[in-house]
Amino acid sequence: MVLFLSAVSFVAGHTFVVLVDEEDRRYFKQQEIILWRKAPGKLRKQRTNFHLTSDLNPQTHSLPCDFHSERMLWLFFFLVTAVRAELCQPDAENAFKVRLSIRTALGDKAYVWDTNEEYLFRAMVAFSMRKVPNRETTEISHVLLCNVTQRVSFWFVVTDPSKNHTLPADEVQSAIRMNRNRINNVFFLNDQTLEFLKIPSTLAPPTDPSVPIWIIIFGVIFCVVIVATTLLILSGIRQRRRQNKESSEVDDAEDKLENMGTIANSIPCDSLNMKGGHVNDGFMTEDERLTPL
Amino acid sequence: MAQALRPDLLVDDGEDGRPRWDNKFQYLLSCVGFAVGLGNIWRFPYLCQTYGGGAFLIPYLIALVFEGIPLFHIELAIGQRLRRGSIGVWTAISPYLGGVGLGCFTVSFLVSLYYNTVLVWVLWYFLNSFQQPLPWAACPPNLNRTGLVEECQGSGTVSYFWYRQTLNITADIDHSGAVQWRLLLCQAASWAVVYLCVSRGIETTGKAIYFTALFPYLVLTIFLVRGLTLPGATEGLIYLFTPNVQILLNPRVWLDAATQIFFSLSLAFGGHIAFASYNPPRNNCRRDAVIIALVNSMTSLYASITIFAIMGFKATSDHGQCLDRNILSLINEFSLPEQSISRDSYPAALLHLNATQPGRVAQLPLRACRLEDFLDQGASGPGLAFIVFTEAVLHMPGAPVWAVLFFGMLFTLGLSSMFGNMEGIITPLLDMGVLPRWVPKEVLTGLTCLVCFLSATCFTLQSGSYWLEVFDNFAASLNLVTFAFLEVVGVIYVYGMKRFCADVEWMTGQWPNIYWRMSWRAVSPLLLLGILLSYIALLVHRSPSYKAWNPQYELFPLQEEKLYPGWVQATCMLLSFLPLLWVPASALAQLLARRRQEDTQLDTGLKPQDSGGC
Repeated sequence: MVLFLSAVSFVAGHTFVVLVDEEDRRYFKQQEIILWRKAPGKLRKQRTNFHLTSDLNPQTHSLPCDFHSERMLWLFFFLVTAVRAELCQPDAENAFKVRLSIRTALGDKAYVWDTNEEYLFRAMVAFSMRKVPNRETTEISHVLLCNVTQRVSFWFVVTDPSKNHTLPADEVQSAIRMNRNRINNVFFLNDQTLEFLKIPSTLAPPTDPSVPIWIIIFGVIFCVVIVATTLLILSGIRQRRRQNKESSEVDDAEDKLENMGTIANSIPCDSLNMKGGHVNDGFMTEDERLTPL
Repeated sequence: MAQALRPDLLVDDGEDGRPRWDNKFQYLLSCVGFAVGLGNIWRFPYLCQTYGGGAFLIPYLIALVFEGIPLFHIELAIGQRLRRGSIGVWTAISPYLGGVGLGCFTVSFLVSLYYNTVLVWVLWYFLNSFQQPLPWAACPPNLNRTGLVEECQGSGTVSYFWYRQTLNITADIDHSGAVQWRLLLCQAASWAVVYLCVSRGIETTGKAIYFTALFPYLVLTIFLVRGLTLPGATEGLIYLFTPNVQILLNPRVWLDAATQIFFSLSLAFGGHIAFASYNPPRNNCRRDAVIIALVNSMTSLYASITIFAIMGFKATSDHGQCLDRNILSLINEFSLPEQSISRDSYPAALLHLNATQPGRVAQLPLRACRLEDFLDQGASGPGLAFIVFTEAVLHMPGAPVWAVLFFGMLFTLGLSSMFGNMEGIITPLLDMGVLPRWVPKEVLTGLTCLVCFLSATCFTLQSGSYWLEVFDNFAASLNLVTFAFLEVVGVIYVYGMKRFCADVEWMTGQWPNIYWRMSWRAVSPLLLLGILLSYIALLVHRSPSYKAWNPQYELFPLQEEKLYPGWVQATCMLLSFLPLLWVPASALAQLLARRRQEDTQLDTGLKPQDSGGC
């Protein structure tokens, strides 16, 4: 295939090259976009072969009528989108990569990522930028997306009103960080499933209750143990006191018995020798006096 | 020194004022509770896993039959016969052997200190389990909230919670750090609970043991049922129980089996002697010994089934996560749609991508995920309970409930073992009459618990975990084996085999048959001697080193191996040999006392009386 240069134009420092091959096909190099169309003699339906579904200027999709000036207009439109596409490329200056994991987050309720969702995303980014002082005039059209994959991941960049420069990465980063929560909520995702790959997320402060839970449980257990121990000790003291009283009572009773033994029943008990096993005459006499039944 | 108690001097029905068990079941439960401890949960499954699964049961059962049950029978018999704690029993057998009792008493004291520290850790985890999400589920953010704490990111959330938020560990044993007030509070609570349960001796222990000995079985059953319904449990059980008979050729297996039986039954602590001394004298201690030893081993097996089921679940879960991480790397790198690669199709997808774009695939941090690697990750000791199991619990639905149950079970298991340890300390003190008779028993137990609490505060320092390892390795192992050996030799050869068999016949009604006599005379002493010599050989051979948790280590989160400094090594030696010194010291003291007594009697012209002493 032999290619020769058909047109080269310089617009604000960008180079745009149109190459023509021997079969009169024009090649317009715009990064990932490779368009070709037949020579102006044959008006055929344009077959575009590009990967991205970014919103090119809608007017480029429909072909105007086959005029020489129309080719210039066509060139101009492609120039514009090429310039704009040039601003948004993977690893471009001030571009950020975004990765979504919708099915992981939502499971069965996952929505399909289509151009409408992209529009919403661009709106949220524009909204975040409008909150930054000096950037209140940011429009949705200033946010460019490119390289949307099936993963779902894409790159985005925010341009200034003149659409020639991109806004510095720091501004975009701080704007996104401040509104991260709202952006997450719009898509029903969180920091792990909607990732901005170069923007660190601010972690939520640890939700510690004012009194740690373990101290509460510890207090409960300790009080129960102290109360139980005190009750046990008190009951032990009471038991011991009762035992002492009983043993002292038994001692007293024994003493009393010994004392009383000498004068009981006005019977001289000196002769009593219980240990010796002597017969108690007084007791025996009592029995004999009674008539047996 | 106490005189030997002759059979005819003993009362027949226990009416000598000694406390008694309310019923036989209480006594059995107390012994089972003392024997079944934390080692059944975290040592036996690890040994089973390391030494060829089901094949380990063979040396274990042989050790049980020829070492565990005979030694256990001796302990219960002498306690029940002589009706004294460990010190009194040994002075009764022979005054020259009184040092054995003192040594057992010292070892019981040292073990109580560090065993309760483990309970303190368990209590801390128990208190922290009453929240959702569990505190070890996520890393805390760092100070300016831009990311997670670096140490936690390197080591993992569970290890971070254990080493930093629980222990707050220093990088080596030299730096003691400050006392951790959280652990100190938990320690106060733990010793308060222990005091509550042992304050009146077996009167209170007997009531508490119904709960503390039976609750672990309930929880183990719940965990078993839950564990078997988890995915991956059966793989774990099959893999870990598959016997590898080749491993029996390694002598280490037999040594570890014998050691495990010995420590699992808590022999030579003096606790079983104390428990048996509260029995009525005519009690069939032979049947008790067999029952308790078998229950202990069955519990070990039961616990290992539960643990293996849960470990199988954890390994499967980790393996799944490993695969998911790899799949995510692939999907992100090649921008494939989400969930387009499943775990099953991952190998095929990786092969295809590696064939078409090897350069890009080589740059990815893909880890090799094999289920066997995860199943092989065994842990024993505190590592199993506080790191591996807590992580497994995180993956179960309803994690706080399982964490509460698990740590509650560990606490009650340890508590019932603590009862035995404390009895091994308190009963000899009571028998020796350290405090006058009018001082109530609660005061003695209170003072003991207070002394233990104050001594154990050294384990709440930041380097406490290292010290615990020192105590665990040096204070208990060598001494207990020596004391058990002296026990067997003392009873069979000093007290006399015939006399002992006659006592056993008086108590149980049956003369011990050939199995018992052979084991007592030859097999058990030889086994114990073997264990002792191997221990000493290992001790000398291995340089005393420990694993330190050092965040600055270049291979972090692996632990750095450091040598013990000189003064720590000296402490290790002291711990190993000081309790043993009681034996010769006490024998020497007794010899000198005898000599002096004979001299004074000779001087005063009296005939040296046979005081009826041993």
